[in-house]
Amino acid sequence: MTDNPFSLWVYLSQSPLLWLTVTLLVYASTDAVSLATRRHPLANPVLHAMWIIGVFLLLTGTSYTTYFAGAQFVHFLLGPATVALAVPLYENRKRVVSSIVPMLVALIAGSITAVVSVVLLAELAGLPRDVVLSLAPKSVTAGVAMGIAESLHADPSLAAVAVILTGIMGAIIVTPLMNRTGITDYRARGFAAGLAAHGIGTARAFQVDEIAGVFSGIAMSLNALVTSFLVPLAVTLLVR
Amino acid sequence: MLASLGIILLCQLIGEAVVRGLGLPLPGPVLGLLLLLMLLLARDRFELLARGPLRDSGIETTSKGLLAHLSLLFVPAGVGVVQKLDLLASHGIAIVVVLALSVVVTLLATVLTFRLVSRLLRQQDAR
Repeated sequence: MTDNPFSLWVYLSQSPLLWLTVTLLVYASTDAVSLATRRHPLANPVLHAMWIIGVFLLLTGTSYTTYFAGAQFVHFLLGPATVALAVPLYENRKRVVSSIVPMLVALIAGSITAVVSVVLLAELAGLPRDVVLSLAPKSVTAGVAMGIAESLHADPSLAAVAVILTGIMGAIIVTPLMNRTGITDYRARGFAAGLAAHGIGTARAFQVDEIAGVFSGIAMSLNALVTSFLVPLAVTLLVR
Repeated sequence: MLASLGIILLCQLIGEAVVRGLGLPLPGPVLGLLLLLMLLLARDRFELLARGPLRDSGIETTSKGLLAHLSLLFVPAGVGVVQKLDLLASHGIAIVVVLALSVVVTLLATVLTFRLVSRLLRQQDAR
């Protein structure tokens, strides 16, 4: 037993174990709340886990770098999870192949809208140039968006934050918005969720409907591809 | 379970290596996704491949396990918002409004295009 509780804290707060545990436990609780509210959009588990952990870091004066040393083990799984999307895609391949044309047209329309709308709106709001550039790839998954931001000499960590905010807002908005449009085609709804809100949208889509999840996963992967080409082009044409 | 995870990681590894090696503008895991999909399709074609994790839906179970908690994986990057508090204090409202409007417009553009094209195709088939 340590005679000084403070030195124990100093030791633990620098170890990856503490922050990995905090990440898992906080998410497990916010996910339980989300489940208890029958997956209410506003009970989004990522949103609530994010601010709870954020406040905890600020209160304890822990740097993000220290936190990330533990949380990186969770972050790492983003890559394998993307690969794993092959399985639902494989299992639903017949439905996917039969809707290939609407998917590809919606992909082009959606990814152009995603990039052009954010650049124009950000310019209109008078945001500084490097912020506009960092927001441009916000509809693709975090790793890809950070890569794009880097190649534009923008701020990759701001790009990651924009990606997460977009994903959370998309996941919250998608169900009420789609219900209002009266569209019940879960292929189309899922595809839109994955295109606009990447993996967080896809996680939401899987909660709502299996087919929506599959199409969301495809949209997310395809959009990562298209956006990598589109952002540099849009930035040259649209940013002053 | 372990072998399945190994195959998933191997697909990602090959994906990353090819993307880096050839300088392709696509994320490594997306290429890994295509590889795993081809592997699963090849397994149905050639019985030789249907062993180990590729038999009895071993890889399917592991993948679904990973995907079951997909949202959790975004938490560490999301907490990165604590590094951007000064920027959010000065431009936070504008950034959130811009992102929110853009995501709504994108969702609508995508879902409406999808529905429009699939309806047009169905009319064509009916004729």
